[in-house]
Formats: sequence, structure tokens, C-alpha cells
Amino acid sequence: MSAVNIAEEMNVAVPERAEAITIHPTRPFLWSIRRELWESPSIIGAPIAIASLLVLAVFFAALRYTRPFVFQVGSDNNTLSNMAVVPLLPIPIFLGITMVLVAIFYSLDGLLSERRDRSILFWKSLPVSDTTTVLSKIAVPIVVLPVVTFVVAIASQIAVFVIEIIALLVHHASVSAAWIGIPVLPLLGLMAYALVVVTLWYAPIYAWFLLVSAWARRTALIWAVMPFFLLAFFERIAFHTHHVRDFISNRFAGVFLVAFANNSRRHIQNQNFGVDWTPGHFLAAPALWGGLLFTALALILIIRLRRSSDPI
Amino acid sequence: MTCIEARGLRKHYGKSVALDGIDLRVDEGRIVGLIGPNGAGKSTALHAILGLTPYAGELRVLGHNPWNDRDALMRDVCFIADVAVLPRWIKVSQALDYVAGVHPRFDRARAEQLLARTSIPKNAKVKTLSKGMTVQLHLALVMAIDAKLLVLDEPTLGLDLLYRKQFYDALLNEYFDGRRTILITTHQVEEIQDLLTDLIFIQRGRIVLDSSMDAIEARYTEVMVRPEQTDAARALNPLRERRVFGRSVMLFDNAPREQLQQFGELRTPSIADLFVATMEEPQARQEVIQ
Repeated sequence: MSAVNIAEEMNVAVPERAEAITIHPTRPFLWSIRRELWESPSIIGAPIAIASLLVLAVFFAALRYTRPFVFQVGSDNNTLSNMAVVPLLPIPIFLGITMVLVAIFYSLDGLLSERRDRSILFWKSLPVSDTTTVLSKIAVPIVVLPVVTFVVAIASQIAVFVIEIIALLVHHASVSAAWIGIPVLPLLGLMAYALVVVTLWYAPIYAWFLLVSAWARRTALIWAVMPFFLLAFFERIAFHTHHVRDFISNRFAGVFLVAFANNSRRHIQNQNFGVDWTPGHFLAAPALWGGLLFTALALILIIRLRRSSDPI
Repeated sequence: MTCIEARGLRKHYGKSVALDGIDLRVDEGRIVGLIGPNGAGKSTALHAILGLTPYAGELRVLGHNPWNDRDALMRDVCFIADVAVLPRWIKVSQALDYVAGVHPRFDRARAEQLLARTSIPKNAKVKTLSKGMTVQLHLALVMAIDAKLLVLDEPTLGLDLLYRKQFYDALLNEYFDGRRTILITTHQVEEIQDLLTDLIFIQRGRIVLDSSMDAIEARYTEVMVRPEQTDAARALNPLRERRVFGRSVMLFDNAPREQLQQFGELRTPSIADLFVATMEEPQARQEVIQ
């Protein structure tokens, strides 16, 4: 006897369907980002680990020097405060490098891991569109990681500054001079500006790696990188030119040439840390807009690939 | 109401045809078994219904075009495609959080209640769970979703007998309410025999049988023929004859019951026997042609 017959015979009342709760359209997106953070703890873990290491290094350095290391040359207040800022500067540089590395390795695995472990069949059984999923994945390298990097950088700079203050107190030096002299706003501004320009410039790199991860069945890194190496090699042998090589190096390093103008080491004591911002120059760079256009097209392609992708 | 309606559903991978023009209609409140040999097109058909693969032809599931509206469709459709598709890194509590976060018809309290009956720890990661526990977790998530259609593609593959039994018991006793529709494919047909209201056989991308279980019971009869009646029974053109303990067991399609009763004991054929009989026939015919 079939189940329906049993239900009918037992006179089982068919319950009314409960009302569905309303889910705001942004909710699946935010939950998808949370899901990415669960799956890849290094998005938050790696910057924190690097920052902790740097803070620890400063801490041991402070212990090692009998005189406060950052203030050795500090006779007048101006120099003292400028020297106080020096240990703060490596932090955003190291964290920036960490950010790019994490972003690259995250993107390379972005749409591969769910196909490899077959969990794509679970994710696709939920009412989350492919567009939402793909946007949440690109949001990790271009929104989440820069924000995390910014917050961690500020937190670790505060930690380093506290170490400096303690070192000053231990050596009975004036704390106020160090405090007043730290160019807080320019420093925050420079970090934010650098994060934004680097992220916009690198967006097509992340999009390309994500695209490869949506398409490759394995060894995404090789598929992502090899074609460029082969092309550059071919070009070099065949035509003795290096357009491909220039293109690649511009894609990685070009941002520093257009977004900043070096105004030489001797100005390091100025509040701009030896660099000028050139946002106009940056925004006028065709490579920026070409890259963003490529990013948009790649995203459309990735969404299409995600829509028809199967477990590997 | 119609839950699934397909007309001329086609799909090919390169030169190999997976679905060769399928016409299908599944009404609401049915439990349908989609049965076929490996490579018959079962999974392709299910994937088309779930919006996981593009297709040619016409297909409506709960009024949606699955390929165009998969995310909208998934508010009313649940599926377990294959075992162990839950991500290995996810914690049980995270899986609950996530589904509760994105699914408008997920009842978290119900899922927790179902999980409380198992020995699955809430802070465990899926990779630490046994295969049976992973299926229990997935089933708890799915059963807490108030869906109109549940699709199960080999949901119990590789599980031991105990888990398989529990799985179908839970499904029938606690999920099915006469209003929902369930579509199942499995090779372990004997396990779902008593569950189904409808049966569909698929072979080489075509539907070879589509019938309610009641109609099948009325139409097909199996007779354990007494030795002296063998020739008389064969004259009625049985669909298939097999030998059990030296006696002939014949499967008849639409033969008069009164007449069959004279040959021996009557019984309703199992899905497995019916499957073998239905699947063998076209193959045999093809061999003759070749």
C-alpha cells in the first residue's frame, strides 16, 4: 500500500503551509560572505598573524635596547615625534603584501573547492543565486580583505605606539612629544588611499584567478600563470620584444607609478612620508579602467560558468 | 496541481544523448520513483528539474523555468543530490546558521529537534562525522525546510542498512504529509517499493513506464506456475519468465486474473522484477535487429 493511501486512511490532516519569513535581498549576500570567512579563516587569520609578529618584533626590539631605540637621535621634539612614527610604517607595507598574497590564493581556489568537494550540490540546493555567490566571492579580495587589512593595521599600530610610550616612560622621556607628533590623519589617509588604489588596480588579477578557478578542474595556479609566461617567452624568442612582460609587470607594479609620486627620501620627515598622492594621475590611467572593464566582463563569465558547473 | 511538467525534454553531451524527448507530469502530493540503469538519464533529468543543467524542450517545475529561476525555485524545492555533499569544513552549528540565514522556509527549531535525536555534536565539523551522520545532518536540514518538492538522487548510496531504513522511515513518517511531492532515484528499488505512489522507468533517455503503483498492481501480475501448467501459461505471452526453485515464475502484463489464477499462486511483482522485465525487452529486440 502506498504512503498516500495510508495517510488518507489514517485521516491525517494536511497541515497548512506556514508563512515564509521575508528575507531581505542583501541577506543571502552577507551570509555568503560569512560562509567564505568560515571556509577560509586565513582571510582574517593571516593579517592578524603577520601583525602580531611585527608587534612582537617591535616589543623585543624595545627590550633589547637600553636606550629607547626610536628616540636615539631625538634631541628636539620634532625629530623625536618623527622617529616615533618610523616603527609604524613597516606594518601597512607587510600587511599590504599579505593582503595581496591571501587574495591571490583565495581567488585561485574560490570556485574550485566547492566543485572539488562536491559541496556545490549543497550550495545550489539553497535559494542563493549564482550572481550572489560570485559577487560574494569577488567581494572577499576587493572589499573584505582591504577592510580587514586596514583595521588590523590600525590595531597593530596602536599596539606598537603603546610599546613606544611604555619605552619612553621607562626611560623617563617626554611622552607628549611622541604623541603630538604622530601624524595620525595623514597616516590613516595614506593607508586608506594605498589600499584603495592597490585593490582597484589588482581587481582584474583577482577576477582572472577567480575565472580560472571557475573553469579549471585542477592546478588552477598553472592555468592562471603559465599562459603569460609562455606568451612572454614566445614573444622574446620570436620577436625579441617584451610587451607581455611589460604588461604583466605594469599590472603588478604600475599602480605605484601612477598613484604616487616619489618626492625623495629627504622629505621623509614631512607628513607625507616621502610620497605624494596623485589620484588624478591614477584615475586617468587607461590601465585602471581597462582592468576594471576586464573585471566586470570576467564576473559575467564567472557567473555563467557557476550556473552550469558540476562537481569535478 | 501539477508539480513537474516536461514536454519533449532533451539533453545531449556531445554526441551522446542523455534525454531523448521526455514527456512527464508529476502531480502534487505524489511520491515518485525514477528508476533506470546507469547512464539512463536519471540524474540528467533530475538536474534539469533542479535547474542545475540547461536543456532543450519545455519544463516547468512549480510554475518556474528551472534553468532561469533556480534561486527562486529553491525556495520551494529541496534536494539531496548524492550523499556527502555537505562541505567538509563546515560546523554543524554553522550549517544551521547559514541555512537559517538564507532560506525563508527553514525552521531552525525543527532542525535542532531532529538533530537532538542523533548523536551529532553541534560544534563538530562535517569532516569528523561518519558518512551516516553526514546524511542524518543533511536530512535534518532538508526536513526542516517547508518545501513543496523534495528531490532525492541516490540519497542513501553507501550507507549501511540501519541508516537507510532510518532515512526512509523519517522521510515517510515525519516529512511526507500528502501535500508535498517527493521524487527519488535509487538503485536500491526494493527499499522504496512500499514508499512510492508512482513509478517511472527510464532507459536510454526515454521513459519506458510511467504509472501509478495502483495501476501497476492492477496491470502486472506474477504467477508461480505449477509445472503442468507451464505451456498453457506461456501461451498467454508472459513479459518475462524466470525460474525459482525449479518452478517458472511468469510476469504478465494485462492478462485476465481469473485465467492466471488457474496456473498457480498470484502476486504483485516487485519493482525489481518489473524493472528487469521492462529493461530486458528492448535490449533483446535490439539484438534481433542487429
